[in-house]
Amino acid sequence: MKDLKKDIKIEVNDLSLYYGEKKALNEISMVIPKNKVTALIGPSGCGKSTFLRCINRMNDLIPDVKITGSMLVEGVDIYDKNVDVVNIRKKIGMVFQKSNPFPKSIYENVAYGPKINGIKIKTELDEIVETSLRQAAIWDEVKDRLGDSAMGLSGGQQQRLCIARTLAVSPDIILMDEPASALDPISTSKIEELVHELKEQYTIIIVTHNMQQAARTSDYTAFFYLGQLIEIGKTNTIFTKPEQKQTEDYITGRFG
Amino acid sequence: MNTTIDETENPFFSNNKKGSEIKGKFIIGITQLAVLTIITVLFIILGIIIYEGREKFSWEFISSFPTNGMTEGGIFPALIGTFILVIVMSIAAVPFGTITAIYLTEYAKENSKFAAAVRFSVRTLAVVPSIIFGLFGLGFFIQFVGGGIDKAFSGGELHWGQPNILWASLTMALLTLPVIIVSVEEALKTIPRELREASLALGATKWQTIKNIVLPGSISGIMTGTILAVSRGAGEVAPILFTGAAYYLATLPGSLSDQFMNLGYHIYIMATQSSDVEKTMPIQFATTLVLLILTLSLNLVAVIIRSRIRRRVK
Repeated sequence: MKDLKKDIKIEVNDLSLYYGEKKALNEISMVIPKNKVTALIGPSGCGKSTFLRCINRMNDLIPDVKITGSMLVEGVDIYDKNVDVVNIRKKIGMVFQKSNPFPKSIYENVAYGPKINGIKIKTELDEIVETSLRQAAIWDEVKDRLGDSAMGLSGGQQQRLCIARTLAVSPDIILMDEPASALDPISTSKIEELVHELKEQYTIIIVTHNMQQAARTSDYTAFFYLGQLIEIGKTNTIFTKPEQKQTEDYITGRFG
Repeated sequence: MNTTIDETENPFFSNNKKGSEIKGKFIIGITQLAVLTIITVLFIILGIIIYEGREKFSWEFISSFPTNGMTEGGIFPALIGTFILVIVMSIAAVPFGTITAIYLTEYAKENSKFAAAVRFSVRTLAVVPSIIFGLFGLGFFIQFVGGGIDKAFSGGELHWGQPNILWASLTMALLTLPVIIVSVEEALKTIPRELREASLALGATKWQTIKNIVLPGSISGIMTGTILAVSRGAGEVAPILFTGAAYYLATLPGSLSDQFMNLGYHIYIMATQSSDVEKTMPIQFATTLVLLILTLSLNLVAVIIRSRIRRRVK
């Protein structure tokens, strides 16, 4: 991909991940462009979620994991010894496959991130909460019940709440791990619409096992298989004239 | 055309239907019988205690001192002594136990030898007989620590090196520590990993996650553990036999270095060493009733607190 240097948000160089002896990611090298949606596709177990979790260093939480290579976010290797992982996670947010709101009120869920960052003044928090909920396209549905428990929302609403919660800390990059896989079609399309709106402001990387979703929502697509990056390119190209045979086989459903 | 279903051919039909129904009813019956037996035994025990203790049980009983060589009067000092014991014990055990549980659940690495040693110690401590704690309290707290303090600060004059409510409470704290640690651990483990991950993914530190998500979510478990520990502490007698419980004191304990009276110990004394066991029978039963009411209301408070917290969270 021949993007100008300033349009690159993340540059991955020979990233490998080992679970103990087992190599789960095999020397991944790619660039992720700024303010675009990049989809990671591939069959189950191909490493796409593992790779996603490398970007905000969530794999650090798993014991026995070793990572080699580098991952540069705007020029800085996030795996450098001197980097504070807590700061990384403020700039790189994540939305999980199954929505995981805290058992607190809707307001408290969204305000959690800012509060952690030291914002205490109520008016400031109120503003952040409203902005985030609006950006996540859920403000109208919850504005009159911000004090209600988040657990009372529907699945689709909870997921949008989680997105609002992530937006509230003003990240640059949003990672989404199959965000709509547990949702009904209407909620799914709401989420997809949201992704489209958000990319103006954020760089989005989305893992999906739903190829149609990848084709609908993303600008670039990366195909993973057995821990390796097989091919990456403009979504249009990947889905119409892929270069690798494995990619073509996967796209056309010869294996899944 | 034959439209009835041939029973011998349809796989959904069983020719042992009657048999499995009877078996099911039998199992249900046995279970009901077991529950009935337990409830009956419980009511018999409660019944006897209430019946035998009813004449002595009164406000005066609870609020006055024993008189006439402990064959008459009330149990006020024993009640207060038990309260103080339980409070000091909780102050010592609950924070320490909670922190240990947090370490074991949240911070300890998988293969940490230290954590394994801690876990082993906790499990072992849980099965040590109560009287051993009493001996330990005597040897370690009273003679070693207390004696050491006396040697260092008062030139050997006996002050802390003898049985008192502080040493008894610390001994009880050791006894109830495993209960608290295990309950808090269990409570912490019920917080799903997804919530922890959500917090960390927002840029929270581990401690922030524990403080804001894990601990608030496990409060009810922590309270349960505390109440269980307190219930045990209110009733155990062996550990306080030689670490601070006294046969009779004319005044209430005024400081941590005083001895104290205790409900459980009082029952034991009444039943074995009073000058007139027959006469003190009603006192024994009434004291037992008081102890029971204490423990049961503690548990009731715990249940109420827990349901209030659950309602708030929902």
